[in-house]
Amino acid sequence: MISAYPITPQTTVVERLSEMVEDGSLKSEFMHVESEHSALSACMGASSIGARTFTATSSQGLLYMAECLHYASGGRFPIVMMNANRSLALPWSIYGDQRDSLSLLDCGWIQVYAEDAQESLDMVIQSYAIAENLKVLTPVMLNLDGFALTHTYEVLEVPSSEDVDAFLPPFQTPYKMDLNSPKNMAFSSGPGDNMQFKYQQHKAMLDAIDVIRDVDESFFRLFGRRYGGLVEEYRCDDAEMVLVTLGSITGTCRVVVDELSQEGWKVGLLKIRFMRPFPEKEIMELSRRVMAVGVIDKDISFGYEGTVFTNVNSAIAKARTGILTMNFIAGLGGRDISRQDIRQMFLHLQEGLLGLEKNSMQFINLRVAIDE
Amino acid sequence: MSECIAGRAKAPNALTITDKEFFYGHKACAGCGGSVAVRLIMKVLGERTFTVVPAGCISAVGFMYPQLCFTNNALISTFAGTASMMSGIAAGAKALGLKDFQVLGIAGDGGTADIGLQALSGAIDRRDKVIFVCYDNEAYMNTGIQKSGLTPLGAKTTTTPAGRNIRGSRTRKKNMFEIVAANGIDYAATASVGYIPDFLNKINKAKFVDGTSYIHVFAPCPTGWGTPTYCTIDLGKDVVDCGLWYLAEYENGEFVLNKNPKEFTSVKDYLSRQGRFRHLKDEDIEQIIRDRDRKWEIIRKSWKTKKN
Amino acid sequence: MNRPSITKYKTPVHISEYPVGPCYQAGHLVTENAGWRTEKPILDKEKCTGCFYCYLCCPEGVIFKLDGKIEIDYSFCKGCGICARVCKSEAIVMIREAKDGADGC
Repeated sequence: MISAYPITPQTTVVERLSEMVEDGSLKSEFMHVESEHSALSACMGASSIGARTFTATSSQGLLYMAECLHYASGGRFPIVMMNANRSLALPWSIYGDQRDSLSLLDCGWIQVYAEDAQESLDMVIQSYAIAENLKVLTPVMLNLDGFALTHTYEVLEVPSSEDVDAFLPPFQTPYKMDLNSPKNMAFSSGPGDNMQFKYQQHKAMLDAIDVIRDVDESFFRLFGRRYGGLVEEYRCDDAEMVLVTLGSITGTCRVVVDELSQEGWKVGLLKIRFMRPFPEKEIMELSRRVMAVGVIDKDISFGYEGTVFTNVNSAIAKARTGILTMNFIAGLGGRDISRQDIRQMFLHLQEGLLGLEKNSMQFINLRVAIDE
Repeated sequence: MSECIAGRAKAPNALTITDKEFFYGHKACAGCGGSVAVRLIMKVLGERTFTVVPAGCISAVGFMYPQLCFTNNALISTFAGTASMMSGIAAGAKALGLKDFQVLGIAGDGGTADIGLQALSGAIDRRDKVIFVCYDNEAYMNTGIQKSGLTPLGAKTTTTPAGRNIRGSRTRKKNMFEIVAANGIDYAATASVGYIPDFLNKINKAKFVDGTSYIHVFAPCPTGWGTPTYCTIDLGKDVVDCGLWYLAEYENGEFVLNKNPKEFTSVKDYLSRQGRFRHLKDEDIEQIIRDRDRKWEIIRKSWKTKKN
Repeated sequence: MNRPSITKYKTPVHISEYPVGPCYQAGHLVTENAGWRTEKPILDKEKCTGCFYCYLCCPEGVIFKLDGKIEIDYSFCKGCGICARVCKSEAIVMIREAKDGADGC
């Protein structure tokens, strides 16, 4: 069952899905709703009786769903949703950054960030296998950078329906409303029981870590592509400085890392694929091997720093390695992040290591002078 | 429209209705009119019903783990998403090939006329086969008797106190019945727990509608209204007899009045029995009567009359 | 009786004893409502005509039919008095319950 409400730049997805339902190539109900709140409520309704569900949204729409996001994870409804990452008003902007999903990091959803079109497609399929695993039963938000991934064309391999059906058999769950075994669902619980249900959610999210790896492996066996679990390292083996990325900016970073490596720099990148569950172990381990970690944030928690940075820094602090960390706020409201900008970030890291750069957080390519 | 209503089975009565109870052991206040309505709806619709209840009294009193009071499949919805969750169940059931079931939503006046209105209009627009029931106790009772869009003129609530400057609610109660009719709904009806056979008949009709149904049942609340617990059914009858509520249906694009009292009983008597209206002055009551008469003039002029 | 009865509830001691998410068997009752009452309805079977109007009007569903008359499930009756009020043959009266009784008052 698909239920969605249109919002730029998610529209390409729901338009194609509508066409696929119309021409019969996708066997699904398509429900037109009058808001994102209703879109996710409808998905929860269908999920509560054991149907597989999908919705897609972006930005303001994701925020309009906020209540339902917590509801869906608390209700353990294994919904898969695509979110086209887009800036938040005000000022209005339809262009990309990641403040929408990152501001909802605590809503109990698994959060995946795709780098390109192929990963986006593959992760839709993988997401159902992860969400519907009975150890997990947690909804998945698959984040695609708005326009960069939603409105561009790439050549990609589309797996056959038969292979996908083999990988992803029909959803079966005992935790649903059933005419033969009636249930009361989405109930209240008092202070004596509520915390236990919250612990279950936490445990399910942690259990998802192994499931994510297993699903990626079985996906590889069938389709020949794998993504490596919570993170993907690129040229980190002998790197001294590593840049942490999220989403489509990873592509540009790979190019810069290649260029700098040729120039003799010891640099690498760490692509975070899952923000929840968070790759804590991977980052702790990385911090034991490198001298400096920079984090690109296409978001900001105003008055503090980027959310990805906060999370990365927390993991590094637990490793007690004391390495240099720096935060680069970039790409807000659709501002382009160029190769030059990324080179600049590595330069900042190098200056930081030499003790010449003291600011741990800075705006990249702000275009105007500011008072320090 | 809803031609299939004609082929429906006969409505159950006290003798023929199922002995099964589907809403039992709940923690509603003694004398709760909403509970009377919910019990009866469930008895007519039966065990193959998926019941959706948003935030409100019924979810608060019936779903506190481990005390779970619906014996059929039931869940609490988001407050604003009752109708969309119902539609989701209906669509999911269709996708899974389920047969012979009902999808029911039971929301209070706030969950229907205020926060739930947008989603309800969406369901009606899609003509989803779901039954949406509003149990109207004329305020947000669960949170402590705050004014809703269905609180009538003059009623004292905790957010419309009766003081020297303002005497209770200043708004006049949204006309939900005609709002859903204007949405082009397949079947809509008003009812009251004071007229139970009429109510049972309407639920039974809704069961056979091939599209969306809406039933607005008047359900007195002793706690919020300041009335004795034993008066709930009486008040549900009085409000119809004095003309401040009416029993009607909307089907096949027509409004039909089911009960046309020759003479109204006293509005003043109805109001003065309730703590929430006790502060009203004669001029306030006269205004309420003028509003009533204006409404009935239109009803009698333009609606058909047919006993249900 | 066509209604759920009380299940003895054991407070969980391990997380695995909780349902997976808020999803549990329907109609699972662990507590009664009798303690709410200050008055209880008493039926005069002689006067009861078996019209069952009280059965329809009861908010709790605690009135049930038995051999053409009604019976009351006192473990869930809250004593609202609606049944006594709506009975046309005055077959039900509300009586004050003893405060010291072991019947939950």
